[in-house]
Amino acid sequence: MNSFLKSSITVGTLLSAASAAPAGEIWVTNEKDDSVSVIDTETLDVIHTYATGERPRGITFSKDFSLVYICASDSDAVQVMDPNTGNILHDLPSGEDPEQFVLHPDDTHLYIANEDDAITTVVNTKTRKVVAQIDVGVEPEGMAVSPDGKIAITTSETTNMAHWIDTTTQELFANTLVDSRPRHAEFAKDGTEMWVSSEIGGTLTVFDTATQTELAKMSFEVPGVHADRVQPVGFEFGPDDEFAYVALGPSNHIAVVNAQTYEVEDYILVGRRVWHMAFNADKSRLFTTNGVSGDVTVVDVATRKALKSIKVGRFPWGAAFRP
Amino acid sequence: MWRIIYFCLFGLMVQPVFAETTLDVGYLRVDVPRPPVLSNLDPIPENDGLAGAQTALEDNLTTGRFLGQSYTMTAMTVAATDDPLAVAAQMLADTPYLILDAPAPVILAIADLPQAQGALLFNASAGDISLRDSDCRSNLFHSLPSDAMRTDALAQVLVQKRWTDLVMIAGTFPADTAYAAAIRQSLKKFGLRLSGEKTWDADADMRRTASQEIPLFTQNFGDYDALILADELHDFGRYVLYNTWQARPIVGSEGLSARTWAPVIEQWGAAQLQSRFTDQHSRDMTSIDYAAWAAMRTLGEAVTRTDATDPETLRAYILSDAFELAGFKGRALTYRDWNGQLRQPIAIAHPRALVAQAPLEGFLHQTNELDSLGLDRPESTCEAFQ
Repeated sequence: MNSFLKSSITVGTLLSAASAAPAGEIWVTNEKDDSVSVIDTETLDVIHTYATGERPRGITFSKDFSLVYICASDSDAVQVMDPNTGNILHDLPSGEDPEQFVLHPDDTHLYIANEDDAITTVVNTKTRKVVAQIDVGVEPEGMAVSPDGKIAITTSETTNMAHWIDTTTQELFANTLVDSRPRHAEFAKDGTEMWVSSEIGGTLTVFDTATQTELAKMSFEVPGVHADRVQPVGFEFGPDDEFAYVALGPSNHIAVVNAQTYEVEDYILVGRRVWHMAFNADKSRLFTTNGVSGDVTVVDVATRKALKSIKVGRFPWGAAFRP
Repeated sequence: MWRIIYFCLFGLMVQPVFAETTLDVGYLRVDVPRPPVLSNLDPIPENDGLAGAQTALEDNLTTGRFLGQSYTMTAMTVAATDDPLAVAAQMLADTPYLILDAPAPVILAIADLPQAQGALLFNASAGDISLRDSDCRSNLFHSLPSDAMRTDALAQVLVQKRWTDLVMIAGTFPADTAYAAAIRQSLKKFGLRLSGEKTWDADADMRRTASQEIPLFTQNFGDYDALILADELHDFGRYVLYNTWQARPIVGSEGLSARTWAPVIEQWGAAQLQSRFTDQHSRDMTSIDYAAWAAMRTLGEAVTRTDATDPETLRAYILSDAFELAGFKGRALTYRDWNGQLRQPIAIAHPRALVAQAPLEGFLHQTNELDSLGLDRPESTCEAFQ
């Protein structure tokens, strides 16, 4: 009884705290609708739907949020959209089948994974020219860049590696094996750690950035779900990198990982085949893209509870926040 | 006549900066002439299987160049009437690793060659249950699902759809007979009823086109839920669809079909493998291509993780809990340590779309749901792996 009261008070407090957060938008790419859905982080409604190229997946904003970059995989282009109008301004040369990318801290260079060509393409967004193409493993997908901009990472799904790119020379300086089918990479803790998810391996590997050696490996067990269906894909870090939130694909859950102890603390039920996610402005709410159920789940970060599902387009995949 | 193809993919190889580990793999295809069938609409590609191995070889090479590991493949084709055993023995003198596209008796004879003892052979072509059962060999792995895995997958769908009263038309080719036997076994295993069975015999006194014969031929089946076709060579089955006396779904070799691989599989990253394959070979990937791909990738994965090239180390790793192959089927593929069969989900598809992927939800298993398909540990009489 007591604990019930306590927890409902906590929820109430947090909900009002969250609604005090500055307004913002979550942009979601709909892989099989060739569109992006724009969600208002306060009203939790879809406020715009804009057409994109074919099979949009990766999505990211320029540092001042004046441009949004979208990987239109099957159009073989990275599209540059004006987020205020939804108009496509121009395409960037991207190499074939761009799936995922990351914007360098210099706000100029995009590192793009070309899934069909086993290449990472580096594009200058200002000159719209390809700066470099780097041979990586088969089916590159996960992309990350260190906060100081010195290292870019590409993970390759069939080669099962994280490829470490020196962004000064645009050359590989290390290749580290991970478990089967790596999907996503992120730097953490001021760039001292680099995390990689392995979808089929069912694990999350933490590397020490300085030495590229393995620091820890986590696996997941969702009660009532067969281990084969617990497939870590996208993940993001919460405030101060205290917790990582890991999408577990067809297990329909996200895991809450303590980023200090590398232990899984919780599992949160979301929609079907959860892919990626983005936070609102103060990271009090997490928005997950659920590929099969075609919706976005809003999770209250403090209570670790799903608040609402928002219908978007067919097969939502990528997510990005803009204030 | 032998045809020899050497794959020298130097263009793909970036100079490694450290010592090389090289794995040489042989690919042997034993050519068996196909009996005549009613329709020639679907030619079997000449490089069926080999193309899949080639795609996997390129995957392995791309990975290997980051690890100082390299792969070569030597492919040979020999007519069944020549001497496939002599060719196999000759290939085994060069490498202990062979991928085989051959009928089951030839595969078994190759596995029993003195030169094959201690070798690692992959069956990429024969679904025969016996090779996973009493005729299993410790040096023989199976990357192609057994017939039982496919018919169990189909039976799960029949159970789920509550199509419990079945009839069957079986052809007379050995592959049809084997498939029909697997169907009977699966129906029994999953508690389904086979209430009628007929044989499609090309020698029967049929003076009209198949499409005119079928309504009469199926009339005395009475009522049933679905008609199973055992027509693995795709001879008469295509003419049964939409020509039956009763309006009932067709499953089995035609219609709703349990497949190792199919062009309609796109989930779980499969679209990427499909497009990579089609770019390289200008055609769709077949089940035999997939099995050959999986065999070559199995070797690649084992070399990547162990940096070894001796068959004892690779065999032990492949059978261990550490091994997992990402095979674009949504789950890690592993090998059954009781008969060397690659565990894998099975697609239930029609020519235009995937309908389901077995194991279906609700078909539980105490250790691995994938073992609800095919010969489970207690069912297999294989002892060579003990």
